[in-house]
Amino acid sequence: MPAYLVSRFLNALWVLFGVTTLVFFLIHWVPGDPVAVMLGESASAADTEALRHALGLDRPLLEQWAGFLTGALSLDLGSSLYYQQPVFALVFTRLGATLQLSALAFLVALLVALPLGLLAAARKGSHWDSTAMGFSLLGISIPNFWLGPLLVMVFSLGLGWFPVSGRESALSVVLPAITLGTGLAAVLSRMVRSSLLEVLGEDFVRTARAKGLAARQVLVRHAMRNAWLPVLTLLGMQLGALLGGAVVTEMVFNWPGVGALLVESIQRRDYPVVQGCVLMISLSYVVINLLTDLLYVKADPRIRLGQA
Amino acid sequence: MVRRLAILVLLAWTLVALGGRWLPLHPDRMALPHILEAPDSAHWMGADDLGRPVLDRLLVGAGVSFRVSVLVVSLSLWFGVLIGSLAAWYGGRAERLLVLVMDVFMAFPGILLAIALAGLLGPGIDNLVFALTLVGWVGYARLARAQVLSVRQREHVQAAQALGTPSWRIIWRHLLPLISAPLVVEATFGVAAVVIAESGLSFLGLGVQPPDASWGSMIRDGVRYMLVAPHLVLAPGIALMLVVLSVNLLGDQLRDWLDVRSGLREQGRER
Repeated sequence: MPAYLVSRFLNALWVLFGVTTLVFFLIHWVPGDPVAVMLGESASAADTEALRHALGLDRPLLEQWAGFLTGALSLDLGSSLYYQQPVFALVFTRLGATLQLSALAFLVALLVALPLGLLAAARKGSHWDSTAMGFSLLGISIPNFWLGPLLVMVFSLGLGWFPVSGRESALSVVLPAITLGTGLAAVLSRMVRSSLLEVLGEDFVRTARAKGLAARQVLVRHAMRNAWLPVLTLLGMQLGALLGGAVVTEMVFNWPGVGALLVESIQRRDYPVVQGCVLMISLSYVVINLLTDLLYVKADPRIRLGQA
Repeated sequence: MVRRLAILVLLAWTLVALGGRWLPLHPDRMALPHILEAPDSAHWMGADDLGRPVLDRLLVGAGVSFRVSVLVVSLSLWFGVLIGSLAAWYGGRAERLLVLVMDVFMAFPGILLAIALAGLLGPGIDNLVFALTLVGWVGYARLARAQVLSVRQREHVQAAQALGTPSWRIIWRHLLPLISAPLVVEATFGVAAVVIAESGLSFLGLGVQPPDASWGSMIRDGVRYMLVAPHLVLAPGIALMLVVLSVNLLGDQLRDWLDVRSGLREQGRER
């Protein structure tokens, strides 16, 4: 078990290193000068040079890269060119909002997908099944930057139940969470269904039925427990899509999270903040995936980690 | 019934995209008297905040999404399959390096990287295609690699090797036909994903630039007038959803026809 943990941990470190390096070089390779953006068009050449030097942007690229990596290890991600604040603090204050939104969206997805998938699998081939899977297909196909405005149109502007945007009241999170959770709910219900159908064909399910157990008990206690495992694996991967979708959803609802900060910073060419946001989001993703892996082992004692 | 409708939607999408330039469209013609006008017999889908006809802009947007998605999926598929199958065939250090690179890409929400890249490169269709391709090839490379690994020991491949067939010919003639079914299915779903990604980036202002029309930017511009002119948000959104829905239905259908094993089962088995 420790050997497996070490290898998973090393892999996570490598991924973080790779992502930061990729983003660092992409940012410095693409055209666009942050100093010019900061000073405006009327700046003199001397001022530009001075600021460039003060920010360390005139150093060799590899040196800047090494500096960034060593800084990142001690949570020092430089300071924002726009806010003049440390990047880590800036991103960290926004991270809570993003995680809150993602967690609630995840909850929404789970609450919708579990019953839907169970129903579809239990009544395979029936109208229930095709209706549930129709909803699922619809959910996969509806982009969140359209679903969001639609929900606002109906529930905020029409019925006045929820705020249009922002994060002022507790109700503010409802529409963004539904918007973000719908896609995951759709994918998840399909996974639950197909995984359950597979398990329902196994011998021990037939045995359970032959013993005369109630259909509900066979489904929930025998089949569902085993159907969870593949769902769990894919769930970890889907969380990446969730965090990516959070960026768009935050922009739709003006939700003060890391995603909105990322898009704003891209427009301002605030390189250190862009790097910080990307690093934070990938860090969350890597940590969540690591936890999913551990959970997987917990859920299935048959798995021997050394061989995974 | 539903499937026929889906095919019809896709046919219409393709026809509009390929033949749009011969239609008498005026997506940029402003008509101030018609600002925010609701749909009527003269303007089937009404007019937007500058009095431009929504229908014309919708059809132009269809062309944009079609061109971008076909281009991105073809490029990603080509690069991904090339790199993935070569790595699996030759193995060794290059393959291990590729696996490491793929780990990084897969461990990261692709749309996020595309957003960052498209934003930094600057808006525009070319940069959009570049960003989405850079993110997109990885999935196909991963799939192609796994597939080639699973069929490279088959007897007919060994026979070809024993006969001295050059590697490129083995890959092209003896491996690719075997592994193409899952790739075709994956690419079909890829089209749906790219259509959403293109509109999403344009929605964020990172894709197609004004005054050019894209479904994503039409939705973004329409949101401001949601109360007085809901058709500005509804029309492009419905078009977008119909196309994505139809592509996904086609993908499901292809998966059944070609009998591709579900990813879920394979994932479960890998463990």
